[in-house]
Amino acid sequence: MSIKLTEEMLGSLPDSRGHFGAFGGRFVSETLMDSLMTLEREYLQLKNDPEFQAKFDKDLADYVGRPSPLYFAERLTREVGGAQIWLKREDLNHTGAHKVNNTIGQALLASFLGKKRVIAETGAGQHGVATATVCARLGLECHVFMGAEDIARQTLNVYRMKLLGAEVHAVESGTRTLKDAMNDAMRDWVSHVDDTFYIIGTVAGPHPYPLLVRDFQSVIGRETRAQSLKQAGRLPDALVACVGGGSNAIGMFYPFLTDEGVEMYGVEAGGHGIETGQHAAPLCSGRPGVLHGNRTYLMEDENGQIAATHSVSAGLDYPGVGPEHSWLKDIGRANYVSVTDDEALAGFRQLTRVEGIMPALESAHAVAYGTKLAATMDKDQILVINVSGRGDKDIHTIAKIDGIEI
Amino acid sequence: MSRIEGVLKNLKGQGRKALIPFITAGDPHPDQTVSLMHTLIEAGADIIELGVPFSDPMADGPVIQAACERALVHGTSLRQVIDMVRRFREDDNDTPVVLMGYLNPMEAMGYETFADAAAAAGVDGVLTVDLPPEEADDVAPLFAARKLDPIFLLAPTTTDDRIRAISDHSSGYVYYVSFKGVTGAAKINVDEVAERVQHIHDLTALPVGVGFGIRDAETAAAVGRVSDGVIVGSVLVDTIARNQADPEQLKRALGDLLKPMRTALDDLAS
Repeated sequence: MSIKLTEEMLGSLPDSRGHFGAFGGRFVSETLMDSLMTLEREYLQLKNDPEFQAKFDKDLADYVGRPSPLYFAERLTREVGGAQIWLKREDLNHTGAHKVNNTIGQALLASFLGKKRVIAETGAGQHGVATATVCARLGLECHVFMGAEDIARQTLNVYRMKLLGAEVHAVESGTRTLKDAMNDAMRDWVSHVDDTFYIIGTVAGPHPYPLLVRDFQSVIGRETRAQSLKQAGRLPDALVACVGGGSNAIGMFYPFLTDEGVEMYGVEAGGHGIETGQHAAPLCSGRPGVLHGNRTYLMEDENGQIAATHSVSAGLDYPGVGPEHSWLKDIGRANYVSVTDDEALAGFRQLTRVEGIMPALESAHAVAYGTKLAATMDKDQILVINVSGRGDKDIHTIAKIDGIEI
Repeated sequence: MSRIEGVLKNLKGQGRKALIPFITAGDPHPDQTVSLMHTLIEAGADIIELGVPFSDPMADGPVIQAACERALVHGTSLRQVIDMVRRFREDDNDTPVVLMGYLNPMEAMGYETFADAAAAAGVDGVLTVDLPPEEADDVAPLFAARKLDPIFLLAPTTTDDRIRAISDHSSGYVYYVSFKGVTGAAKINVDEVAERVQHIHDLTALPVGVGFGIRDAETAAAVGRVSDGVIVGSVLVDTIARNQADPEQLKRALGDLLKPMRTALDDLAS
């Protein structure tokens, strides 16, 4: 049921109310509506403002270190024995993940809007670190909300945020993970709406966040597209990226959506296995609902209560997903699949051992599925895996699984 | 005329202000909710806002979050909440009941199924915190056909254009959120509220209820002076939390809290 997307169709999405088909929108309490409408208005102007764009591009080049390489993983390709595997190295960005592309963009927006106080939610801590980093650079007050459980499993990133001058607020409500951090960030925003800019880290949330985060992250796919043409002489056959909220995946997919021959695979966290119910894969096994300001696929019970999720990777441990992914799933343009914790851990070990690249546990989900997929493809085909972040932050988790105290 | 409109018109005719308590259904236990609703009526409530528990109450402070968690431990569902209203109606056919909650439980139940069940049970109004009028195109005609009043929020940040547009989508009353924050925060500024509510009265003919930050007879009277009704939530829910072990003591405590507010509001009329 896949439909052919055109530039014109894509240009009309999201619509003026932030909808991607049946998904997206702006489902927030009234106090936030004016701020969201102002943000939308200002962003749509700045989006086409050459001065804003030039500043954004310069920061991505000089501060983040873009473009990030597209690297041919020769040994991994040989070991897998199928399609050529190429890696988009977002792990080489300043702060170690794709998250900084977006925080640079949103912090610029905050500056243009004159807001001095910044808040953010974080799961694995990568978005928190990326936000604290740009706040340090711009001299903005920074508050990061993080689930207490995530604080326990991401101690390194918590300390990095503190070193960067951010205040980290432990969230003890609900399941004490990313969704609850987002709840508390929203509560803080309602309480400080006049002076505070909320830097959302993923392509979820109320309109215009899914739009602006996608725009800022699309640099990943734009670069990949140009690099593939230049280095491999043609476009890839398949793109693979992990999906929690889905910001690195949408950034990779979006510039390829009208390229018919390019297949896309978003890899969700299968946790202990979809059949166990202990996972974080709303696109694979959830249904549409409304959470955190947008309508999207969610993990919920039959009464509409949001379900507890599980993933070995804190950054994917989220019951919702960006609305544009929900739309891409329903129109059949992108495929959404899952791998388990164990498969992701095996992916982590394989990439580390064969290529000397330690991926974040989030990205390891893409590695695990990408290698599986590549094995089924022809040797002359090209598959690109987005290595969205580096794995240093996860060393404690891996060591613990190995029974080693460090 | 809807039950809500009737009650508010009647009060206005007497120069009185509506006392609108909020409790979370299923807190501390689903078996107690109907009885607690009657307790609120005995203590002087004119309209009841019954909270539908949700796992992720983003607009609420810690007190109502905890109430949602207590209710959800017992599996309180939207269907059960509607059934509580049905049972309440067996003994009270006069007091309007407004369901207040978040969109997802309603979406999971199905808008039409919900609207049918709510209307049949005797629900009068529905306030969905995370459903602004812009997103209400699907539910509005379903509510209108069943005479359910859609009640929307107005905030200190709401522009005049939106106040008019939101009022056009509302019936029964509009709910003015007294400050920028979550429920239960203690930062109400009565002078500011008075100014804003007067301004809202200039833009809409609907009655204006004011909630957030009303915790005692004094704040109730101060806000009642400038509005058509006061909504009292977190302080009641906190009382439920503190007295959950003893159901009889809980009823007394709720009465002790609400009655002075009733008196203070009625003193305004005389």
